[in-house]
Amino acid sequence: MGDIKGFLKYGRDLPPRRPVPVRLRDWKEVYEPFPVEAARQQGARCMDCGIPFCHEGCPLGNLIPEWNDLVYRDDWSEAVERLHATNNFPEFTGRLCPAPCEGSCVLGINDDPVTIERIEYEIIERAWAEGWVEPVPASVPTGKRVAVVGSGPAGLAAAQQLARAGHQVVVLERAEKPGGLLRYGIPEFKMEKAVIDRRLDQLTAEGVEFRCGVSVGEPDVLVRGAPAPGATVVNARALAGEFDSVLLAGGATLPRDLAVPGRELAGIHLAMDYLKPSNLVREGLLDRSPVSAEGKHVVIIGGGDTGADCLGTVHRQRALSVRQLEIMPEPPTDRAGDNPWPTWPLILRTSAALEEGGERIFSVTTAEFLGDGEGRVRALRGEEVEVVHGDGGRPEFRPVAGSEFELPCELVLLAMGFLGTERGGAVAELGLEVDDRGNVAADQSWSTNVDGVFVCGDMTRGQSLIVWAIAEGRSAAASVDRYLMGRTALAAPITPGQLALR
Amino acid sequence: MAPSGPRSGLYDPRFEHDACGVALVADLEGRATHTLVRQALSALEHLAHRGATGSEEDSGDGAGILIQVPHDFYAAVVDFDLPPRGHYATGVAFLSRDADEAGLARSALGKLAGEEGLVVLGWRDMPIGDASLGSISEAAMPSMHQLFVAPAPGTPLAGDDPALAIDRLAFVLRKRAEHEIDECYFPSLSARTITYKGMLTSHQLAEFFPDLTDDRVISGLALVHSRFSTNTFPSWPLAHPYRYLAHNGEINTLAGNRNWMRAREALCESELIPGLDRAFPIVTPGGSDSASFDEVLELLHLGGRPLHHAVLMMIPEAWENHRTMDPARRAFYRFHASLMEPWDGPAAVAFTDGTVIGAVLDRNGLRPARYWVTDDGLVVLASEVGVIDVPPDKVVRKGRLQPGRMFLVDTAAGRIVDDDEIKEALAAEHPYAEWLDAGQTDLEDLPPRYMLTPQHASVVSHQRLFGYTNEELRLLIGPMAQSGTEPIGSMGTDTAIAVLSERPRLLYDYFTQLFAQVTNPPLDAIREELVTSLLSTLGPEANLLDPTADSCRQIVLPMPVIDNDDLAKLLYVNEDGSTPGFRAFAIDGLFEVEGGGAALRAAIEDVRARVGSAIADGADVIVLSDRNSTEEWAPIPSLLLVSAVHHHLVREKTRTRVGLVVESGDAREVHHMALLKGFGAAAINPYLAFETIDDMIASGTLTGVTPRQAQRNYIKAASKGIIKVMSKMGISTVASYTGAQAFEAVGLAPEVIDEYFAGTVSRIAGVGLDVLAGEVAARHRRAYLDRPAELAHREREIGGEYQWRREGEIHLFNPKTVFKLQHATRSKRYDIFKEYTTAVDDQSAQLATLRGLMQLRVGALPAVPIEEVEPASAILARFSTGAMSFGSISAEAHETLAIAMNRLGGRSNTGEGGEDPDRFTPDANGDLRRSAIKQVASGRFGVTSEYLVNADDLQIKIAQGAKPGEGGQLPGFKVTAGIAKTRYSTPGVGLISPPPHHDIYSIEDIAQLIHDLKSANPAARVHVKLVAEVGVGTVAAGVAKAHSDVVLISGHDGGTGATPLTSQKHAGIPWELGLAETQQTLLANDLRDRIVVQVDGQMKTGRDVVVGALLGAEEFGFATAPLVVSGCIMMRVCHLDTCPVGIATQDETLRARFSGKPEFVETFFEYIAEEVREILAALGLRSLEEAIGRADLIDSADAVDHWKAKGLDLAPILVQPELPEGAARYCINAQDHGLDRALDHAFLERCRPAIEYGTPVEVELAITNVDRTVGTLLGYEITRRHGGVGLPDGTIDLTFHGSAGQSFGAFVPKGVTMRLLGDTNDYLGKGLSGGRIIVRPPLDSTFAAEENIVAGNVILYGATAGEVFLRGQVGERFCVRNSGAVAVVEGVGDHGCEYMTGGRVVVLGPTGRNFAAGMSGGMAFVYDPYGRLAGVYNREYVDLEPLSSENRVWLKDRIAMHLEATGSAVAARLLADWISASEQFVTVMPQDYRRVLEATELAVAEGRSVEEAVMEASHG
Repeated sequence: MGDIKGFLKYGRDLPPRRPVPVRLRDWKEVYEPFPVEAARQQGARCMDCGIPFCHEGCPLGNLIPEWNDLVYRDDWSEAVERLHATNNFPEFTGRLCPAPCEGSCVLGINDDPVTIERIEYEIIERAWAEGWVEPVPASVPTGKRVAVVGSGPAGLAAAQQLARAGHQVVVLERAEKPGGLLRYGIPEFKMEKAVIDRRLDQLTAEGVEFRCGVSVGEPDVLVRGAPAPGATVVNARALAGEFDSVLLAGGATLPRDLAVPGRELAGIHLAMDYLKPSNLVREGLLDRSPVSAEGKHVVIIGGGDTGADCLGTVHRQRALSVRQLEIMPEPPTDRAGDNPWPTWPLILRTSAALEEGGERIFSVTTAEFLGDGEGRVRALRGEEVEVVHGDGGRPEFRPVAGSEFELPCELVLLAMGFLGTERGGAVAELGLEVDDRGNVAADQSWSTNVDGVFVCGDMTRGQSLIVWAIAEGRSAAASVDRYLMGRTALAAPITPGQLALR
Repeated sequence: MAPSGPRSGLYDPRFEHDACGVALVADLEGRATHTLVRQALSALEHLAHRGATGSEEDSGDGAGILIQVPHDFYAAVVDFDLPPRGHYATGVAFLSRDADEAGLARSALGKLAGEEGLVVLGWRDMPIGDASLGSISEAAMPSMHQLFVAPAPGTPLAGDDPALAIDRLAFVLRKRAEHEIDECYFPSLSARTITYKGMLTSHQLAEFFPDLTDDRVISGLALVHSRFSTNTFPSWPLAHPYRYLAHNGEINTLAGNRNWMRAREALCESELIPGLDRAFPIVTPGGSDSASFDEVLELLHLGGRPLHHAVLMMIPEAWENHRTMDPARRAFYRFHASLMEPWDGPAAVAFTDGTVIGAVLDRNGLRPARYWVTDDGLVVLASEVGVIDVPPDKVVRKGRLQPGRMFLVDTAAGRIVDDDEIKEALAAEHPYAEWLDAGQTDLEDLPPRYMLTPQHASVVSHQRLFGYTNEELRLLIGPMAQSGTEPIGSMGTDTAIAVLSERPRLLYDYFTQLFAQVTNPPLDAIREELVTSLLSTLGPEANLLDPTADSCRQIVLPMPVIDNDDLAKLLYVNEDGSTPGFRAFAIDGLFEVEGGGAALRAAIEDVRARVGSAIADGADVIVLSDRNSTEEWAPIPSLLLVSAVHHHLVREKTRTRVGLVVESGDAREVHHMALLKGFGAAAINPYLAFETIDDMIASGTLTGVTPRQAQRNYIKAASKGIIKVMSKMGISTVASYTGAQAFEAVGLAPEVIDEYFAGTVSRIAGVGLDVLAGEVAARHRRAYLDRPAELAHREREIGGEYQWRREGEIHLFNPKTVFKLQHATRSKRYDIFKEYTTAVDDQSAQLATLRGLMQLRVGALPAVPIEEVEPASAILARFSTGAMSFGSISAEAHETLAIAMNRLGGRSNTGEGGEDPDRFTPDANGDLRRSAIKQVASGRFGVTSEYLVNADDLQIKIAQGAKPGEGGQLPGFKVTAGIAKTRYSTPGVGLISPPPHHDIYSIEDIAQLIHDLKSANPAARVHVKLVAEVGVGTVAAGVAKAHSDVVLISGHDGGTGATPLTSQKHAGIPWELGLAETQQTLLANDLRDRIVVQVDGQMKTGRDVVVGALLGAEEFGFATAPLVVSGCIMMRVCHLDTCPVGIATQDETLRARFSGKPEFVETFFEYIAEEVREILAALGLRSLEEAIGRADLIDSADAVDHWKAKGLDLAPILVQPELPEGAARYCINAQDHGLDRALDHAFLERCRPAIEYGTPVEVELAITNVDRTVGTLLGYEITRRHGGVGLPDGTIDLTFHGSAGQSFGAFVPKGVTMRLLGDTNDYLGKGLSGGRIIVRPPLDSTFAAEENIVAGNVILYGATAGEVFLRGQVGERFCVRNSGAVAVVEGVGDHGCEYMTGGRVVVLGPTGRNFAAGMSGGMAFVYDPYGRLAGVYNREYVDLEPLSSENRVWLKDRIAMHLEATGSAVAARLLADWISASEQFVTVMPQDYRRVLEATELAVAEGRSVEEAVMEASHG
């Protein structure tokens, strides 16, 4: 380690976010550039631990101490090698990952953790800028053909790994362009689409073929906005017959809905039905979104990342007001006793979007939506709840008597998470087993109950983080490779169902 | 005849060690008398305490005497005629007790004698008196028959000395008899001398052999020896003396020496010994080190060299780095080094051929040898002074043997021959320097040759082929190339050993380094560099018995590791005809990778055959290379390649005709280099390490160093590393380390060991060639990938051996287990604790540990309800925390552990850093911060009388798991004011713990230290802490015989201290092996009942504890786990002072981050105890006591089916020796420490008024050398009442007359004056704690005191306060680690003031070499009128300065006190002319200390905080 006392010399530092008024006027990413020296100092804060908990906290097993040190030593080309050793797409995780690594950083026990994610970002952006990110085509084709269904981070990671293993990889995507949630869930201000495109170019150069607007199986009615208009539908069984192996990476797309009176009113939308058109507009594939917050009072139900994505989008669409409702109580600012290091810290965080405005309301639930008499939502009636622990220890939410309130709103966005995979379509066609959490079941080699058909990502894990998705894609690719070739040298960072420490 | 008991389980008699007391007595004129024999026997009895007895008091370990053949006596007692004196040979044969068999042996001997040109004159039944013999000795006793033989008529006698010529005939007869006749052993068979010896105590010898008390048995010289063996397995032949010598010490390089001797036999010829080849093998397999040494010495002597010449060949002094040595003498040694490697190890060898008698000391001077000469020509030399009563006025000279020096009495010439004279004469015999000039070539003088630089891609592919990891580049190779030193790590190792690892490992990983503990000392290769040497020679050897100019036709290698250019020089040595006479052959070591083990075996045979034909074709140098691998051909592991060839050539007896060089891709760590050397390579070229370094520089990964410098740095780090590995085993020269096989294998199959690593210990079987080939194949596949892009961005594997990585080796402490353990103990959740222990035990079962392979036989006994199991409190009392010093860890962490253990009724351990007396009394809330276990380590920091008195247990740390065989260092920046206070040192000044205890060089020494500590606190138990390695059980048995109350067996993996990574990973073995061996050996020796066995090393769960108990432990230590509970997250930076959780740091900011609480630690131990109870209940046991030693409750039958581990055989671990009914498997008896026999009882009562009321008392009495540790019990009584303050000076005034035993005045506190009129032995004033000691010759002595020796070695070791005045000279290592005493002495031996950190020393006479090595504090004032000090002091740590005016005043006072106390003539002379005398004093000033003094002065002047200024200065 270059500077063994770096953590005592320097404090945690991040580049400033651009001023709110400025960034609300565009859709560009919110961070200012970080000077090289600042990044190196942050790298010097890494303690090169005997047990790097960050490296465990990262589902990918990113070699964090190694590249922190390389950044400190100003050896960026070596740093990006270490970064790519475990992570196909550091530019995605460097922007989008909530950074469980930082939650488990040893320095975080009694100080601010190392800015791991920012350093990751700096390394990969430097690499792109220097032209160090080049295609790594396979030297020997195996002649095997693999279909990857879904082009979110799991599918893309798997596709890249399999292509490098020499297989002919075809990625099937029902939307207009590849990327899945990366492209249509994540707003531009968190990740500009060019970031995806340059990586897709690399995959293409490595021989990955993308077929967009192709839906493998009929989409579920609840996700009718997902396929591109006029998408062709391919029977999954036929697909399996055509390829030597199929890897399903279709995500956990089934949204959780809110069954309360008034749900049918106009102006109440699932988050994805709001975010995707907004992204299509940004991409120029749509002139204006059918659902806009402009000039409206908005309520977002759900306090998670998707809620925050909606929030930032709402701000940029110039809403009159926006409130975000969360059923859970407000988390503490520091770890609670039952939430020890190095588990994921359940603490109050302020996302960039929240910094831009809006009000968060905790411990509330929605009782009904009130209409304006013309079939449009006018207001939301909610009440406060308290958490009680039932017999099984599971938390239940009990309304607080007399706490009812009403919020006027013309647009309601439901960002309440997902309920697993779509049960129809490919799952039904192939006769895949689905577990009791609504995910496609996989054995320890990522295989479904159908020979040659593998699954990875949220489709088997359930909704999760991008970093898990990439880890799943990489790991499943190794299994597919072994299935096809009898052995593999591909890395497999995780096993199916593996969880973070808790 | 088998020398010792049978092999069983993990016990093997070849692990046995011995040591002893030795003495020689001679009449200068060679006048033979019976008086002299009696004096020798009396000397033997005075050395009885250096020998030992086993479980029976009357079965000794061995005693014996060697005298001149008493011709007149034999002529009188035999019933046949004897030829004149010297014309026949005689000796006692040890034959079978079965009369028929003995008769057969006798007639066989007659026949052999005839074949060798001798006739049997007759036999005499040796009279014996075995009445007092113990049953063990008696049972093993042979029958004794004295044989008389003479040359048959017509047998030619070579040379002009008939006795010597007859001895040569008798030699071949004796060798043949021992080889060809069952049960036949001759202690001696000679025309000149005869040995009487046996498995006897010193007192029994004369009684057993009535001859010895017969007035007619006369001799002009005698050697006697009293043996202390670590075992009590009965063996009569192992007693000393042998045919030519008695030995006190141990040969560490024995395995190599034996192999080399065997290989040399083919080239050994001598006209003097006809039929020499019939005497082969010279070295008897299974003999002891002393026996082998004697056998080779005998060959060299009978082959034509005077005995003392032969001795100097085998034990040369340290000539390599001796710059001022006479060139002729240097040439003598250098020439002989090309004939034979040294037999290295601590040794005091007394030898005689019947005419000359003498002794020599090894280069380190690690054994004591004192001599004195009387005015009537009696010469006595012995391990101790005072072994014969001689009136003081008759003594004309008292001296000591010095390191590397020889003492020789020539009774024919009637004089003592001076060391210089002996060596000058020998050096002048031949023009050695000319021979060397003509024959030897320095490597650097060979013409240069060059090799090509490889490309990056090929480097990477090679790195994959040999399994290089990123971690190795980052943590090992990079730092070595950058700084030239070996990298350091902390917190031990918790990864799987090689045979249990899921991953392909290098063959090197299956071997662990042996290290010295107790029976011999490790060395300090840094501070005592002058005795070490990296030099070795490469090339053929010649006839050992006929040295000529040609014998040294060799290439001299300055370093064992050579770069690519040097390799090229050797490979193409005579390419252009420039170096005729040398021929090098390169041979590829590759095997067909598809063919697996069979192909590997075939390839090795092929290599052997090719080497054989190369030798036949005249090769002098063989280069074994793994460079040229291909897609089909993979490299044979270099170690296998070298050792397979080496052993093959030893067997073929062609080994000494070539030098082996290895061009190795897999060698990169120090451990690898050491192994290659240890198994026979002369030079190693780790080419891939060099290519890696070049590549790292080219790619910018390694910066700030040129490729050339980086390679040099790497070679330096690797070579110094080898020295360090050697020095752990006490081996000083690379030449004798080569082939010494100082390693143990763990997890290799017998097929591998027996064929390729013969003689290496490997006890639990393991993998064979198939697996080894498979491991190579796995790496080979990565190098020759069919689809390379699969490993995009992954040039090398990540690693994870030193720091945890997901893709790396399993670590028992990993994110999950650390987290669960902390969470469970902090939130008091037993359910989470079970998750933690389950995780650890599961990992363990996934082959991380040997214990993981063992299943507990639940159900073998009916389970018992848990309520019936003993309470947790009973279990908790058996728990202790590990030794971690205040200094290595913070006060907060240290006291947290102490408070927790005191609350629980367990024990915490001070570690070696002393303890603040503030902690000896309870706090207001009732908590006690005192550590129950007080450690006594080699540094002796803060080991005062008060410290020892405030202990329940006193633990002698021989070794620690993290780095057995090594010392430690606390850098100056960690020595804060608080630490300096408890360690009695100076803030900001670095501290060194030496590798050895300077009062334990041998097994009898530890008996002495145990006795000292027991005397310093009779209420405390004394522990000896050992680290598991092969033979640890035998050492433990020795320790039990040395009266230790407890023995602790530490696993290799434990250890929290900072250590070179090589030691962390590659020294020592798992505790399961060490503990089981200990239990088996103690039981087999009937010693288990008197000693408590403790175990520690990565103890983490209740299951670990139970397995420990079943294997034989009754107490358990935990170190890492309680630290983790206290907040440690295995940062492994303890050595950097940057611990981010405030544990291993002294930095205030970081200490503030400490989050541990005693409650967490309590919870941890309570949970462990609870889990132990659960397991006991399941096993059907009601207490831990019931579990101890129940190895039958462990089942290893279903050991997991794993590609590597399936070859393991754990059965030897589970062997339980057959025991008599009711024999205890744990400790039930207390040791008899013999304190009631201490001389202190003669004056304790008279001192009572002084102790109780401070009334002054004076006592005067006689003393002898058997009175050891005098004054220490008195000191205990004083400190017990008065604490560290003691009594007013001089309250108790004791005067002794005579020769005092060892440890005179040890730990004596303030208020006691001890005055000795006479002389004394080693360890005077050990740990002196404020007392005053005066030694001067008796008033009627006639010699000049300042020219004679008044006291022995290692005086004032670890003293913290007090005053000493010594009138006369003293031995080696005066004031070693003194930290506060003030001493005046009139001359010191080598290594004076070593590691001193405080106090003042005045030397009024000569000093030896290496003065002030490692001295970081205090001052010395040396009277140096001839300016000699500048040539002999160690410059690394101190400067010489003129005397300051302030010190001049102090010094004058001190010398005046010396004069007053001792009547010193020197002092009187100096004071008489003080003005000019004082000009001739030199001040020895440590640089560190000077810097601190200056910083202090400056701070005072500037009005700043002194402490801050000092600490700033120490950060440099």
